[in-house]
Amino acid sequence: MTSLLKLLERNCRVSNAQLATMLGLSEEEVDEKIKELEKNNTVLGYRAIVDWEQVKEEVVTALIEVKVTPQRDLGFERVAERIYQYEEVESLYLMSGGFDLSVTITGKSMKEVALFVATKLAPIEGVSGTATHFVLKKYKDHGVMFNIEEEQQERAYLL
Amino acid sequence: MQVMYDSLLSDKVRNIPPSGIRKYFDLMENMDNVISLSVGEPDFKTPWHIRDAGIYSLEKGFTKYTSNAGLSDLRREISVYLERRFNLSYDWQKEVLVTVGGSEAIDIAIRVLLNPGEEVIIPQPSFVCYAPLVSLAGGEPVIVETKVENMFRITAEELRNAITPKTKLLILPYPNNPTGAIMERTHLEEIAEVLAGTGITVLSDEIYAELTYGTKHVSIANIEGMKERSIVINGFSKSYSMTGWRMGYAVGPEPIIKQMTKIHQYAIMCAPTTSQYAAIEALRNGDCDIERMQNEYNQRRRLITDGFRRLGLDCFEAKGAFYVFPSIRSTGLTSDEFCERLLLSQKVAAIPGNAFGDSGEGFIRCCYAASVEDIVEALRRIEKFLADL
Repeated sequence: MTSLLKLLERNCRVSNAQLATMLGLSEEEVDEKIKELEKNNTVLGYRAIVDWEQVKEEVVTALIEVKVTPQRDLGFERVAERIYQYEEVESLYLMSGGFDLSVTITGKSMKEVALFVATKLAPIEGVSGTATHFVLKKYKDHGVMFNIEEEQQERAYLL
Repeated sequence: MQVMYDSLLSDKVRNIPPSGIRKYFDLMENMDNVISLSVGEPDFKTPWHIRDAGIYSLEKGFTKYTSNAGLSDLRREISVYLERRFNLSYDWQKEVLVTVGGSEAIDIAIRVLLNPGEEVIIPQPSFVCYAPLVSLAGGEPVIVETKVENMFRITAEELRNAITPKTKLLILPYPNNPTGAIMERTHLEEIAEVLAGTGITVLSDEIYAELTYGTKHVSIANIEGMKERSIVINGFSKSYSMTGWRMGYAVGPEPIIKQMTKIHQYAIMCAPTTSQYAAIEALRNGDCDIERMQNEYNQRRRLITDGFRRLGLDCFEAKGAFYVFPSIRSTGLTSDEFCERLLLSQKVAAIPGNAFGDSGEGFIRCCYAASVEDIVEALRRIEKFLADL
């Protein structure tokens, strides 16, 4: 199961027939396992890893540290709920350490992101402070390096 | 004045035939978009923590020669590693020699053992260095042609038939390049039985020991009575993807290792210092890297074996190393014709099986230490090639 997930995580476009061969399973077994993983919410979706730098369109990503006053009975849940419902929010994690929630947001411009924080995020009841960090460059995302590395040129004629 | 270089050169050296595969590499150099399944080298980079240990040793200024046999920490770790992974115990102070790749270890092991005219049994198809090195050392290569019906293992009977009073050494190249064959415990025991009571030493090239699939590698030195008369070669190139670091080692009986250290001292001095520090890190913290790469190779192995079989080519199931050795006899082409035409028409590079000995004729070697995407694309092109024949 873990090896199937790892293969899918790396490249979800590989056919089930190929996955089956690589794992030494039958195609039916792989079909079944994937269906099961989707059904029990282990696999939640499939997506491409895009380097938006390569496209003319500008995309701004920011990591926002959010400090939250936990609420009685609900802890951080309610505030979290109010944040992750926004479509702009790409990820939301509860963190240990100096702040509580880590929010990733993408927008078309820095202004758009800043406005989101000022008008949507900061005013939420229970949010006691935010710190916005803009991403300047992505080196690696989801285990993929963004700059194409140079290959070593001269190689031995070896068997 | 014209210098006649042929008369200057050693006959022994001149008589060694040049590599038969050079023409493929020359062809490839002038072609774009070639998918190469030809190079016997991992496609992974050396894991970063190992590279980092090499860099750190440079930062600390560890740039001098080490002791001839290799850093004591490294030899200690090699000894611990062999015990941990293969249940082999060697005294790091007396029975371990760190060499420049497994290749150097093979060379000097052959040189310390052979007197002129003594015979060395070499199973083929196998890595190309054994016979030339035996000839250079003044010995006589005796080739045993292993067969696909025996899963390319050398059998007890084949060995018995090859032994003469002049036999000094048996080379045991398993897990095997190019066939992917392995020798399991029972097969090794049969070999040991034949060798019992003879004075024949074994040179066991176990560079692919970490790359076996579905069964754990057993060393000839694990077989009772064999450790005392075996030299085991291993190294870092294949298991940790460290080909360019040139790090290997030999372990064996003290009197043999002592003589090997003597040649090593005169010819090489010591293995590269930076590489030795990187190797220590590999042995201490690299087991998970081996697991990860081995697992990936296994997936690619299944993919390529299945791919060739679907194309209608017989492909025996390789259980070790990172090669498959499909038969191309059904096409009516020789290995050489097949590979040259495949390269020129579909830009897929494979190595003709006969490059590894005459018994490799009718087969091609494909290295699956290539990306899954490349393997899939190569199979697609080979399918087209076969359809166009």
